[in-house]
Amino acid sequence: MKELSLNILDIAQNSIRARATNVDIILKEDAETLTITVSDNGCGMKADFLKRVTDPFSTTRTTRKVGLGLPFFKMEAEMTGGSLDITSKSEEEHEDHGTVVTARFFKNHIDYIPLGNIIDTVCTLIHGAEEVDFLFLHEYGERSVMLSTREMREMLGDEVPLSSPEVLAWAREYLTEGYAELYR
Amino acid sequence: MKSLAELSAIREKMKGKIALREGSSDTRIVVGMATCGIAAGARPVLNAFVEEINNAGLVGDVTVTQTGCIGICQYEPVVEIYAPGKEKVTYVKMTPEKAREVVEKHIKNGVVISEYTIGNSKL
Repeated sequence: MKELSLNILDIAQNSIRARATNVDIILKEDAETLTITVSDNGCGMKADFLKRVTDPFSTTRTTRKVGLGLPFFKMEAEMTGGSLDITSKSEEEHEDHGTVVTARFFKNHIDYIPLGNIIDTVCTLIHGAEEVDFLFLHEYGERSVMLSTREMREMLGDEVPLSSPEVLAWAREYLTEGYAELYR
Repeated sequence: MKSLAELSAIREKMKGKIALREGSSDTRIVVGMATCGIAAGARPVLNAFVEEINNAGLVGDVTVTQTGCIGICQYEPVVEIYAPGKEKVTYVKMTPEKAREVVEKHIKNGVVISEYTIGNSKL
């Protein structure tokens, strides 16, 4: 992947496929590190699948025997001296099921891939997931950018879908302003 | 500054318009958004379709949606177009520029750009 924001889009699609209704995407950043956490309340994974989930030859897809989403993300984190952790509780075994993927990056490492267009990723997720609530939070030092689709829905009511062009345009401007402030 | 409160203004403005949009939508543009699609550049392709359909005033008639792996990863970004009474058209190796062209020629004027379809792909 050319941007970490594309990995975030990809990992969040796993949550949607796991029938999650809530997906939290939290970025914590300082001058040296970036920690990306994607957590969901989806169906989760059992211990045996969890153990081999970062192996490229494990996948839930039915069209191919290779799944590269998590292996890529792990490799990209490790290339910078960072790491990737996954914890998961399967719905068969736990009431509070779901998955948490955490990746840590060292930004000053030469192999660090830039975050890229995170605004496009958030807008793409909002566009694609009428049945999922996203909480997006990016903290940089003391400042932060936050967008919650639950809060958006409360303002919009039941009638206006999140995928409406007017709503997506608003989200794009809201995040653009937020980011101008964040990296001020 | 943009605020959440502006969404209630959008809600007011769109009252009554949504009913017209829903249900009348009959053409579907489906963009593959699995790892293979995303890595090959599906995100800007999807956004180009959303933007162009809005610019063309076709929001009620055409829906843009996302799907998982279509199974032909080497041809990504892949876009499928479903229109009632017509055969599905599969465009391959898409770019935002090609997406704009597809909206202009195929969606607006009904002319399939066979050069970009899978049947014509020399790969």
